[in-house]
Amino acid sequence: MDTPVRQIGNVRVVAPQGRVDQATAEALRLSLEPHLAACTANAAPLILDFSGVPYISSVGLRVLMLAGRQVTAQQGRLAIAALQPVVREVFQISRFDMVFKLYDSVDAAAAALAT
Amino acid sequence: MKIRFWGTRGSIPVALTSEQIRGKLIAALNAACGKSLDSPAAIENFVDGLPFAVRGTYGGHSSSLEVERGNEAVSNSHILFDFGSGARALGQAMLARHGTTPQTYHVFMSHLHWDHIMGFPFFAPAYIPGNRIVIHSGHARAAEAFTRQQEDPGFPVGFDHFGAQIEFDVIEPGRRIAIADFHVTAKKQRHGGDSYGWRLECDERVCVYSTDSEHRLEDLDERSAFGEFFAGADLVVFDAMYSLADAISVKADWGHSSNIVGVELCQLACARRLALFHHEPSSDDAQIDGVLQETRRFEALTRENEALEIFSACDGLVIDL
Repeated sequence: MDTPVRQIGNVRVVAPQGRVDQATAEALRLSLEPHLAACTANAAPLILDFSGVPYISSVGLRVLMLAGRQVTAQQGRLAIAALQPVVREVFQISRFDMVFKLYDSVDAAAAALAT
Repeated sequence: MKIRFWGTRGSIPVALTSEQIRGKLIAALNAACGKSLDSPAAIENFVDGLPFAVRGTYGGHSSSLEVERGNEAVSNSHILFDFGSGARALGQAMLARHGTTPQTYHVFMSHLHWDHIMGFPFFAPAYIPGNRIVIHSGHARAAEAFTRQQEDPGFPVGFDHFGAQIEFDVIEPGRRIAIADFHVTAKKQRHGGDSYGWRLECDERVCVYSTDSEHRLEDLDERSAFGEFFAGADLVVFDAMYSLADAISVKADWGHSSNIVGVELCQLACARRLALFHHEPSSDDAQIDGVLQETRRFEALTRENEALEIFSACDGLVIDL
């Protein structure tokens, strides 16, 4: 899975591209691994820019659950931003909107994490 | 084939509280404001038009289902799933329908946890000589569980007081067997102490009963196997007790699943209908209704082929396949 990375101030932004489903979830997990490992207490916060993700299935949500758990254990900070409307609905229906702090835009997430 | 739900609640039976009934009355009377309800017919029409969560209830009995082929009056043979607390009312209905004429009951057990066997001591046909009850289970210890439930000090009526002939049949998963005009296949499921799903086929109709089953999303083989087990089903009765987020985090390894996974597996299997089942005991009618609406929306968002019909099972519901 293509996951371009950029920096906004001291925040690292990773932007998965494409559907996250049975066929691609493992690729997403692998591509996130180094960024999650680096997301520790005193390191740069991490934002997942979901603007390029048109759909996520249960197995994709599981990858995010594990990511969130890892970052929490490392005392890092992780946010998800810019969800497309369908993906935001899937987060709501699955109650993942109660697991992650969701932001309307990457800028909003970066501003919140920078404080 | 008809499926009649006698108990649909998960883990423990629950009852409506006075406060919940008061809330329904207030909602109904608010909806009635300004309406002309000046005849019994007008009142009935108005009540029937209220949302289900206001005019009715999903009920609180634990798992109990009846499958009707339509020839029971002639065959004197019946198919049931589980002996949750709903089995008490089911037994009363059987007495009303058949009196003391000898009947045979084939009961397919998901597993032996209390909420799935607690109705048996109150299943009146078990006390009537001439009746035959065959308890089909994937568990070798089914007889022990049912016998122990009757023992002192847990219950005052011992197992030897049953008048019916009671038999236990341990079924090997994966083997398609013929029982009373039906073909039945069991599937081992992920649950504490294991549970078993049942695929029931008759007259070119298929009903799958799959409750108390946790699904590991990362296990592709397991997903594929359930896709085959559910394949082409006219109805899948599915354990949708938790939200997906809860099922894979704080309630992981609790042995239950979610509405999201139910939809995904039914879509994979090209099933026609999904019954959300084994409702969380702490959920009220409005919450169960809300989950149903959200699940239908999720199905619409993810639909690639034929639409999957989705409903929430409630005590008393009859589905004609």
